[in-house]
Amino acid sequence: MSAVAKIAVHVFRDSVRDKVLYNLVLFAVLMISASYLIGQLTAGQDIKIIKDLGLTATSVFGLFIAIFIGVGLVSREVRRRSIYTILSKPVRRHEVILGKYVGLVLTLAVNLAIMTAAVYAVLGYMSLTESEEFKRGWEAPATDPAMLVAFLLILVQLMLVTAIALFFSTFSSPMLAAVMTGALYVAGHFNADLRSVHEFVDSAVVGALATGVSYVLPDLAAFNVTAQVVHAQPVGLAYVVAICGHALAYIGVLLVGAMSVFSRRDFV
Amino acid sequence: MHAVRLQRLTKDFRRGFWRPRPHRALDGVTLDVDPGDVIGYLGPNGSGKTTTFKLLTQLIFPTAGTAEVLGRPAGDVETRRRIGFLPENPYFYDNLTAEELLRYFAGLFGCDGREARRRASTVLDRVGIGDERGTHLRKYSKGMLQRVGIAQALVNDPEVLFLDEPMSGLDPLGRRDVRNLLLSLRDEGRTLFFSSHILTDAEAVCSHVAILDKGKLIAGGRIADLGLKVRGWELVVTDISQSRVDALASTDNVTHVSDGRYVIELPPDRPPEQVVSELAECGARILSLNPTHETLEEFLVHQVGLKQEEQRV
Repeated sequence: MSAVAKIAVHVFRDSVRDKVLYNLVLFAVLMISASYLIGQLTAGQDIKIIKDLGLTATSVFGLFIAIFIGVGLVSREVRRRSIYTILSKPVRRHEVILGKYVGLVLTLAVNLAIMTAAVYAVLGYMSLTESEEFKRGWEAPATDPAMLVAFLLILVQLMLVTAIALFFSTFSSPMLAAVMTGALYVAGHFNADLRSVHEFVDSAVVGALATGVSYVLPDLAAFNVTAQVVHAQPVGLAYVVAICGHALAYIGVLLVGAMSVFSRRDFV
Repeated sequence: MHAVRLQRLTKDFRRGFWRPRPHRALDGVTLDVDPGDVIGYLGPNGSGKTTTFKLLTQLIFPTAGTAEVLGRPAGDVETRRRIGFLPENPYFYDNLTAEELLRYFAGLFGCDGREARRRASTVLDRVGIGDERGTHLRKYSKGMLQRVGIAQALVNDPEVLFLDEPMSGLDPLGRRDVRNLLLSLRDEGRTLFFSSHILTDAEAVCSHVAILDKGKLIAGGRIADLGLKVRGWELVVTDISQSRVDALASTDNVTHVSDGRYVIELPPDRPPEQVVSELAECGARILSLNPTHETLEEFLVHQVGLKQEEQRV
């Protein structure tokens, strides 16, 4: 096994024993379960509410995990000086960054799988308990496999957020890295708006600046296909491939940046 | 080939936020350490000891000069396969057990599962971590973490060991165990390069010392060649008459220890043989006779004091 794989397995093992992670996953599963009760309060929209809330809870709690564990991956090791023992072993610095990233993505994937299973369990229960006549009113089956596309895109989006968190954590404190990652996450959701700023501002400079920023920021809103999935609208394969390609390119740039900063850094 | 070779090794840090100014933490240190030597790297706080260890493991990069370990640049991946490093006040992962941590580190040296388990077990035995090896590290005391730190430095069977304050945080029994461990590592022919504030321990283990002050190497060499001043002799006797004690007390420093035992401190210019034979004639029993030297601590304080005096002038 390569050094990257060993570090990744170590990060996964250390992360899955973190009590904060357990609490987040437990809370997410509770939220997903509660969506069943909220769905009962709506007239005929229950299945859509459950899907919508389930996907949103998965995305939000996945984001918490990505940011809270992602920002601590490097900065916490530097602050606690555990990085000293790692870097004195025959490991290259870029392998540490890659290993940590892969380990956290693995942690996210497992947690997302748990949340996905929770959403499908609630939907499966709905499907079993509701009458056939009631089910005929649904736009899509309760346990629609097309929802997996939405979960996949949430995972890819969280991989991107993790790369952002990891990048910031290579040169700043956990708090600052969390704030910057959060800010970039919010800004990334307004990417499409930034691109259209030039249409309603008089200043050509502001318009060009907004357009320029939109090309630098990741387009995070593009990963949200909840509305399509809930309303049984197809999400094209070409779209999924394009958006995943966008994410992978962005992740690649961020990891190269993180490795570059980390490789030159003095650990004082 | 030297085990460690530092040539004009210099490190500047930038201090201050708005207008950072360079601070020289290490200033042109040149030092050679031969294979099998045990060198105590000594000096007051802030003298540059930890900075040197970080340069030797490439946790930081030098501003000028070079550091080589086993004939290769310090920090080179191949060099790191052959060294062990214990940082000062080591911290590990709370959620792992000592055994898991050691297996992880052994894995980073390319050991597969079975070999990693074997090495983890061997080094944990060696540092005296027994049944606790399956306990999460967050439940470990500082002394136990220090032992785990030493164990991880040994997991690759290193030729050169860099130990930054290995006695730190240990109780007297722990210090004794670590001292004995260092002696056994020395006897195996490994090169030990360690810093310590506990100079009596350093004195007991080291063959050589290097003394730093304000980033500069101010003294160094074999302990035997340092020229530690001979203070005189310490004679321990019993069955001695009170009149004889009174007579000795008029010229020498005599201390009653217990149960009729006395310690007599003789100046260096007084031949101990004469005193011993006089006491034997009076029926006193000689329990021990030892020369007393200036301690390493006194030597260090003296050297640092001299340096500060020179700077004031």
